Amino acid sequence: MDVNELEDFATQVRRDILRQVHKVNSGHPGGSLGCTEFFTVLYKEILEHNPDFNMDGIGEDLFFLSNGHISPVFYSVLARTGYFPVKELNTFRLIDSRLQGHPTTHEGLPGVRIASGSLGQGMSVALGAAQAKKLNNDKHLVFSLHGDGELQEGQNWEAIMYAAGNGVDNIISTIDYNGQQIDGSTDNVLPMGNLRAKFEAFGWDVLEIKDGNDLEQVAEGLRKAKSRTGKGKPVCVLLHTVMGHGVDFMMHTHAWHGKAPNDEQLEKALAQNPETLGDY
Amino acid sequence: MEKIEIKKYTDTGKIDTRSGFGDGLTELGRSNPNVVALCADLVGSLKMQDFIDENPERFFQVGIAEANMMGMAAGLTIGGKIPFAGTFANFATGRVYDQIRQSIAYSGKNVKICASHSGVTLGEDGATHQILEDIGLMKMLPGMTVINTCDYNQTKAATIAIAEHEGPVYLRFGRPKVANFTPEDQKFEIGKAVHLLEGTDVTIVVTGHLVWEAIQAAEKLSENGISAEVINIHTIKPLDEKAILDSVKKTGCVVSAEEHNFLGGLGESVARTLSLNHPAPQEFVATQDTFGESGTPEQLFAKYGLDADAIVKAVKIVIQRKE
Repeated sequence: MDVNELEDFATQVRRDILRQVHKVNSGHPGGSLGCTEFFTVLYKEILEHNPDFNMDGIGEDLFFLSNGHISPVFYSVLARTGYFPVKELNTFRLIDSRLQGHPTTHEGLPGVRIASGSLGQGMSVALGAAQAKKLNNDKHLVFSLHGDGELQEGQNWEAIMYAAGNGVDNIISTIDYNGQQIDGSTDNVLPMGNLRAKFEAFGWDVLEIKDGNDLEQVAEGLRKAKSRTGKGKPVCVLLHTVMGHGVDFMMHTHAWHGKAPNDEQLEKALAQNPETLGDY
Repeated sequence: MEKIEIKKYTDTGKIDTRSGFGDGLTELGRSNPNVVALCADLVGSLKMQDFIDENPERFFQVGIAEANMMGMAAGLTIGGKIPFAGTFANFATGRVYDQIRQSIAYSGKNVKICASHSGVTLGEDGATHQILEDIGLMKMLPGMTVINTCDYNQTKAATIAIAEHEGPVYLRFGRPKVANFTPEDQKFEIGKAVHLLEGTDVTIVVTGHLVWEAIQAAEKLSENGISAEVINIHTIKPLDEKAILDSVKKTGCVVSAEEHNFLGGLGESVARTLSLNHPAPQEFVATQDTFGESGTPEQLFAKYGLDADAIVKAVKIVIQRKE
């Protein structure tokens, strides 16, 4: 693993996120920026995946994005790992685009296997895909990502109970633990208590990544998570991140959850993330 | 008026449509290795035990968690499985509408939603469990195929047929033991109407448990010299518009009949077809924007105007409305 190379990739992804949402003056930069390191490491280092996209994904690892509003980071990473042309990022949220506001399968965008955006559904889908892998004797893994606020949706806990109760041990569900949601901090909106204890009480193997915006920590954490699969328990990664990471005025606040920067703000934000791999 | 001779249908023995589903699923278990099944704590009610006994590794008991069941079903399609997700109609639709909408319909997943205990005929459990809105909910979803079967044989044939259809399907059946009168060896064609009786005075377009009632109604009408054409629409979406239009062009009026609210049901789809192509008088045998209640299926059919007598009455009214 070349950390400098990953840093360059992540910086370029940040630029892509900011430029996508700025162009259409809509979208969700905060959570996207906070998960940039996770996506970078997942797609560049962890996933055994085939950008020559096939919906069934037999013989490869699968990833499901449950908190679909962070589509800008998903699209950027998919494009820059070969799923579709990078210049297509120019069409984010525009009419007739495959890059819908929230990810969909409807327009046939390679790399997306389920529509998401209405929150709380992704873990169930990931579990179904994980069970299909077992039926197919496919040893590859299923990864999923969820917002912490998203765990307020009850369906998650149906899925969390099912996964542990049935020993679905080929799944790694990561929680973007940034403590923020649209109306404010999760503690103010609906305190969720001790998430680690909750997952453990349901029977999951939980590990934490203390700094989810540190590429090396993310890589180490996800490798460790991978090593803990196949042991009878589903694996949960609590990924501590900072919403808006990488743009100083967007950090540590929910204000940029679903708000695009204006021209001046974009310029400032891009200056903090200089071009590395080339803008689209 | 003189009595008319019409084709006779024989009830080969009362049996529930849900058993047709269960037996169809068991056959699929033997013939199609990609078929998997899920259930939310209603295995006995859905008659899924034989499938489970023969294919334990292909069955997923999710517990009382229908939302998770629909999501898992969507996920199982990724990897080539054909999931049949079974529960009561109420919990298979209204309770999980958004899960079906986003993870199954919008995502274009090949999930078969199998709904037993639909309509008022689940009986004594009452209105909490008697959904009369599910056809409307499901037919409004783009890409969803909606099927409501009328007897054991048809339900079994439909269950087997939908495994071959690529795309989401809502299969609606029920709890009570009803007449079994369609052929045992029938070929079930999605979207193709079944002409049960030829007639000239009125077209009865009917689905589900009311099909047998419509046949009884046609017999009563024939005794009064009224010739009713009875068309069984098992597939509400896509609708066999040609079959309906060809018949109504001949008879000049239509009665639609279903165990569902008149809002959003088969009747409205028929009305749309007629208004666009061939306007004609229509009467709706359906529940009248109401919830159900506890009672026996027979009592509920009588009280909510869903039996043969109600169809006869509607026919007499609609014939009067012809110019």
